[in-house]
Amino acid sequence: MTEPLTAAQPQPLVDLRGMSVEFPGVKALREVDFRLFPGEVHALMGENGAGKSTLIKALTGVHAPSAGRITLDGAPVSFTGPAQAQAAGISTVYQEVNLCPNLSVAENILLGREPRRLGAINGRAMRARAARLLGRMGLTIDPASALGNHPIAIRQLVAIARAVAVDARVLILDEPTSSLDTDEVDELFRIIRVLRDDGVAVLFVTHFLEQVFAISDRVTVLRNGSRVGEYDTARLTRIELVSAMIGRELGALAEVERRTGDRHAAPTPLLRAQGLGRTGAIAPFDLDLHAGEVVGLAGLLGSGRTELARLLFGADRADTGRLLLDGRPLRLRSPRAAIARGIAFSSEDRKAEGLVTDLTVRDNMILALQAARGWARQVPRRTADELVATYVERLDIRPADPDAVVATLSGGNQQKVLLARWLITRPRLLILDEPTRGIDVGAKAQLQRVIADLAAEGMAVLFVSAELEEVVRISDRIVVLRDRHKVAELSGAGAGVDEVLELIASGRTTAEVGGR
Amino acid sequence: MTALAVPRVPSRFLPVIATFVVFVLTFGAGSVRYEGFASGQIVANLFIDNAFLVVLAVGMTFVILTGGIDLSVGAVVALATMIAAATLRAGWPAWLTILAVLGTGSVLGLGMGLMIHKLRVQPFIATLAGMFLARGLCFVISEESLSIKDPVFRAVATETIELPGEVTITYSVLIALAVVGIAAYVLHLTRFGRSVYAVGGSESSATLMGLATGRVKVGVYVISGFCSALGGLLFSFYMLSGYSLHAVGLELDAIAAVVVGGTLLSGGVGYVVGSVVGVLVLGTVQTIISFEGTLSSWWTKIVIGVLLLAFIALQRLIVHRQRDL
Repeated sequence: MTEPLTAAQPQPLVDLRGMSVEFPGVKALREVDFRLFPGEVHALMGENGAGKSTLIKALTGVHAPSAGRITLDGAPVSFTGPAQAQAAGISTVYQEVNLCPNLSVAENILLGREPRRLGAINGRAMRARAARLLGRMGLTIDPASALGNHPIAIRQLVAIARAVAVDARVLILDEPTSSLDTDEVDELFRIIRVLRDDGVAVLFVTHFLEQVFAISDRVTVLRNGSRVGEYDTARLTRIELVSAMIGRELGALAEVERRTGDRHAAPTPLLRAQGLGRTGAIAPFDLDLHAGEVVGLAGLLGSGRTELARLLFGADRADTGRLLLDGRPLRLRSPRAAIARGIAFSSEDRKAEGLVTDLTVRDNMILALQAARGWARQVPRRTADELVATYVERLDIRPADPDAVVATLSGGNQQKVLLARWLITRPRLLILDEPTRGIDVGAKAQLQRVIADLAAEGMAVLFVSAELEEVVRISDRIVVLRDRHKVAELSGAGAGVDEVLELIASGRTTAEVGGR
Repeated sequence: MTALAVPRVPSRFLPVIATFVVFVLTFGAGSVRYEGFASGQIVANLFIDNAFLVVLAVGMTFVILTGGIDLSVGAVVALATMIAAATLRAGWPAWLTILAVLGTGSVLGLGMGLMIHKLRVQPFIATLAGMFLARGLCFVISEESLSIKDPVFRAVATETIELPGEVTITYSVLIALAVVGIAAYVLHLTRFGRSVYAVGGSESSATLMGLATGRVKVGVYVISGFCSALGGLLFSFYMLSGYSLHAVGLELDAIAAVVVGGTLLSGGVGYVVGSVVGVLVLGTVQTIISFEGTLSSWWTKIVIGVLLLAFIALQRLIVHRQRDL
């Protein structure tokens, strides 16, 4: 791994020391140091939940840090909101364009700073100033046109124009490229270089490796809320970057019994995908899932991990290929159909797509079972209580109180409740999309052990995780995805972290931008 | 991609134009059907009879532009008439009465705005509470109707201004038009006004842009409260009495006028001028029905209901078209 940067440099413009941010039940950021120098493009890298957004929000005053300090140009500062940060010269452009589509382009750039004459906004001067700013960035759009009439890419550039209109010294770009195509990314990069050469410090968040090497001077990598390191992009190899992002777990994880792949898999796979694919989501792939086996999905964010899992569950419709269940063709029209056939899917976004956080542990657990029975046949209270008690004990959910409201539980325990919900329906195939994200090490080890036990009892498990070590540790087979293609399938017994890393990192030559 | 020239679609003006067309059509229909309908005085009467509603609709436009709603305006109008009648009866000079009424309306608006902003209460609930409060206060003052005999009020109410063409209007019309002019200026040429549109377009964006969204959200309810009180004064000029049951349901007329005038209930899009035309449409429908003579005045409500539906459907269409772009 590259040596952390220590070379003597001018004073950093922004210097974060020991930043910690806590949310109920989660430590989103742990004592992170971060430096940003004038005239550099600094990439901030990390998987989902690594703490990138939290770091930015702590810097711009959206989140109050529980520890740590920020210095700007040598002077300690603390912001209570983005407006204050902006006044100090720190502008942020978010992933979702935060502008008002109902107003004109010029207004969106200058809102709050409109040129005025005798107290009234001077429309002509405002449009002229907006046109000048857009011109500096090489854009020729009509400043009087409504922003809502422009495509996302233009809106993104307008957002940047707004950010630099305040004479920003620090420009934060939070995943600005996720909805742009290649030409648009080039355009954005050209503008970033212009700004950098003007001495602006640019903090650039992305999950596309190509773009990091194309535009950034230095890289800071976060993982699980901690800083892994700060590197010189020129002296960093692709594989070093990937392993910093998803490679070795820093803390020691409790050892999960390593299962060898010597069990006899049934001759017919439980679920077989043949040439299954969906345009823009995942290229056609073949995959067999056997009963009693844990199959791991490895790949970077945006490699098609979740998309693949959603196809198997029927949450998205496949364009090509077919699915066979027990050797018989299966058409999944909806998640409901999948559930009826014993396929369960635990979503990566447990808050938005999984749990009803205002309900109790019991209600959340029974939800899927009740749905499977239909609303007319209520689950008897006693059955429900027994099931809930069983799984609270088995998964060691704390507090062990079926009437606790889920919102009050920690992240790890919420995840266990979600898992229990699906286990109660006794699925034959359990798809887990990032079940361990954002939960602490102890809860992780527990979940991994439960997953291993379930497979031993004959359940087929598809395990998706951003953490490579975890995937390697508990999987019998590992499927490697890269740029929305399945690139390899490894037997878990032989696969090491290094081998998978190699597969993930190698051969990415063009930034494939997805989502279209 | 920089060469992407987007034609300037006047779709944001479309609802206002549509409202104006509806106004011209209904007025034209009235002119064809009834003799003496197409006169300048009938148009002037639209303003005279609805001056208070114009002022209410202006305040309501501010609120709806931010994506909120104000259900208290009818009750505040009644309270304004009660305060005016009661204080004048107690011998207050007219100017002090006017100040008290306007102050009460603004304070009520401030209270509701703070409730909505600081306590994050739904505007619907907060202003519903304000509505009950204001209506209740009316009955505290008096359960009877109180007539207004103050010479100043009487003078303002009865004196008229000659316009060329033997058309006369009242002072109320001038006040209402002044309010419209000031509102248009504030909305289009001040930072506060543009922030109102920004908050309606996307409140979270406006906050991230560093705009004072809190001040805007509270401010629009103060404006609406002030306009309700002023509307109440105009209403008391019109009725020359204060009564607890004045202006029941008037808030709904104001909302209808704003919506028919092309302002999106979701906020961010609309013009005060549209709301004025909306009031005129409502007024024209009412005038036609009174000309008809045999029809129950409830037909006004039916026609307004149909118009509301049509305009909301039109807004949906426009919003959809913009999304498809």
